[in-house]
Amino acid sequence: MSFSWAKHYEPKSDLSKWIDERLPLPRLVYSAVGAGYPVPRNLNYFWNFGVLAGFALMLQIITGIVLAMHYAPNALIAFDSTEHIMRNVNWGWMLRYAHANGASFFFIVVYIHIFRGLYFSSYKAPREMIWLLGLVIFLLMMATAFMGYVLPWGQMSFWGAKVITGLFGAIPLVGEPIQEWLLGGFAPGNATLNRFFSLHYLLPFVTAGVIILHIWALHIPGSSNPTGVEVKTESDTVPFHPYYTAKDGFGLGVFLILYCLMLFFAPNFLGHADNYIPANPLSTPAHIVPEWYFWPFYAILRAFTFDFLIIPAKLLGVLAMFASILLLFFMPWLDRSPVRSGNYRPLFRVFFFILLADIVLLGYLGGAAAEEPFVMLSQLGSAYYFAHFLIILPIISKIEKPKPLPYSITDAVLGKPGTGMAGGPVLQPAE
Amino acid sequence: MAEQVTMNQDGSAAIESDGVRRRDFINIAAVSFAGIGAATVLIPLITQMAPSKDVLAQSSTEVDITAVEPGQAIKTVWRDQPMFIRNLTPAEIDSANKVDMNSLRDPQTLADRTVDGKINWLVTLGVCTHLGCVPLGAASGEVKGEYGGYFCPCHGSHYDTAARVRKGPAPTNLVVPEYAFLSDTVIKIG
Repeated sequence: MSFSWAKHYEPKSDLSKWIDERLPLPRLVYSAVGAGYPVPRNLNYFWNFGVLAGFALMLQIITGIVLAMHYAPNALIAFDSTEHIMRNVNWGWMLRYAHANGASFFFIVVYIHIFRGLYFSSYKAPREMIWLLGLVIFLLMMATAFMGYVLPWGQMSFWGAKVITGLFGAIPLVGEPIQEWLLGGFAPGNATLNRFFSLHYLLPFVTAGVIILHIWALHIPGSSNPTGVEVKTESDTVPFHPYYTAKDGFGLGVFLILYCLMLFFAPNFLGHADNYIPANPLSTPAHIVPEWYFWPFYAILRAFTFDFLIIPAKLLGVLAMFASILLLFFMPWLDRSPVRSGNYRPLFRVFFFILLADIVLLGYLGGAAAEEPFVMLSQLGSAYYFAHFLIILPIISKIEKPKPLPYSITDAVLGKPGTGMAGGPVLQPAE
Repeated sequence: MAEQVTMNQDGSAAIESDGVRRRDFINIAAVSFAGIGAATVLIPLITQMAPSKDVLAQSSTEVDITAVEPGQAIKTVWRDQPMFIRNLTPAEIDSANKVDMNSLRDPQTLADRTVDGKINWLVTLGVCTHLGCVPLGAASGEVKGEYGGYFCPCHGSHYDTAARVRKGPAPTNLVVPEYAFLSDTVIKIG
């Protein structure tokens, strides 16, 4: 499971020996995130974001559990109980803002984590399973965040629930029964709110389980690194503790500073004012938007305003939105270049940043009103998004001439020139 | 069947002719039985999420339409969903009848969508067929869209004076529920 030079746990005191023989939990921790886990020595700060995402999940679980002690999942009083948390419960305002902004920061670090993976091709063999499990976590997060946003039972909660469950109504024949089954009625109501609360409480723990699998899969080949060259010798690695525990600790400090700035000085900046209006099934807000972290996908959903062949526009939009995420599951097989790191792929690097700009543009458009020129721009942006993965990426892998890779991580760190073996990772044995 | 029963080393009986042991049958039977049992348990676990009896019981609503003048519309609620009841003006009926059927995404005439002899009464669900927002245009002063009917602000679907989709992502016309005139001034929806 790890490199041959990994240090082994040696219990020192009689008590730790006693424990180790009966339940070797300290041994597991030592080899997973302690001095017994060798990690490439050249990881940059983009490798902090996995730990930050794990921290954000813990933050959400802790604040969420205490909020659930005061919240009432009943359509008659859900809104009032949320306001009760804000006004009457001791520190309730802070806990709720911490939870709401915690969700945003969870998505921020996860998006950076995903883009890190895309730039350094962390999805390539032998790390496909880590990538696939990561996407499962992302889907679980999206479902959890969506259901959480419904709980305050404000206008955006209600109409968000209606629009998102309406997506399932687009499925031919079985769509409407599925929608009614999801809602437990003909429109979002008490049944919907109750089940969303139940699942919103459950899914974070499912997510935590998948995260354990994600880390397990990571520990088989070990972390990738900014050169994309695999670890060859002991000099390529340093023990996770204390080197990366310290580096992650520093990153966590920076994260907490930014998070607290938001939490204490602009707690509603990322929210929507309409969600402070109680849910009203007879009046749609003039401008329904999901939370910012769904905007790029929402833009793709809305881009389809025309029928294509026999497929109606509504179904096309829904299919495109789901496809935009499912596509990522195929990344390990769409990008055939043997070179991992974008640092050594001049052409890929350019298109990576164009994709990033495209997704930021889609994000802006998803938050904008459904009128021109935003609709047309969403169509162009969505077309480019799919073209990047399905056309541009496979072509780049064929025509690109990568820069020479360093022989090893140690050589890269010590600034030795590349071996000139462009086009693939060096495959000689280490000795 | 049991022409050559011998004893295996572990003492179980075996039929050597086709290599299938009694234990294989027991395995398959036991796993199948447990599998069917587990699948059956899923039925209540899944169907509990479907609309409950009290929700289904709200099946019909009666509405008094005396006060709705031509050119006006009212909003009411049926099965927790908004309903639009609109009294069309002769001009609106005209413009709905002039539309070329081939130009429609969901071809229906105004007569198809109203009750015989009551063509001025347009009763539809106030739920955009795209993703379920409430379209604007029923209350006075609201935007009626490019075709004078309803306009959904969420994703920009336009409906005409027969509440047929004319533009935007909505796949079908606004739904006309089952309803009947109990008298000239009262309708029963559902």
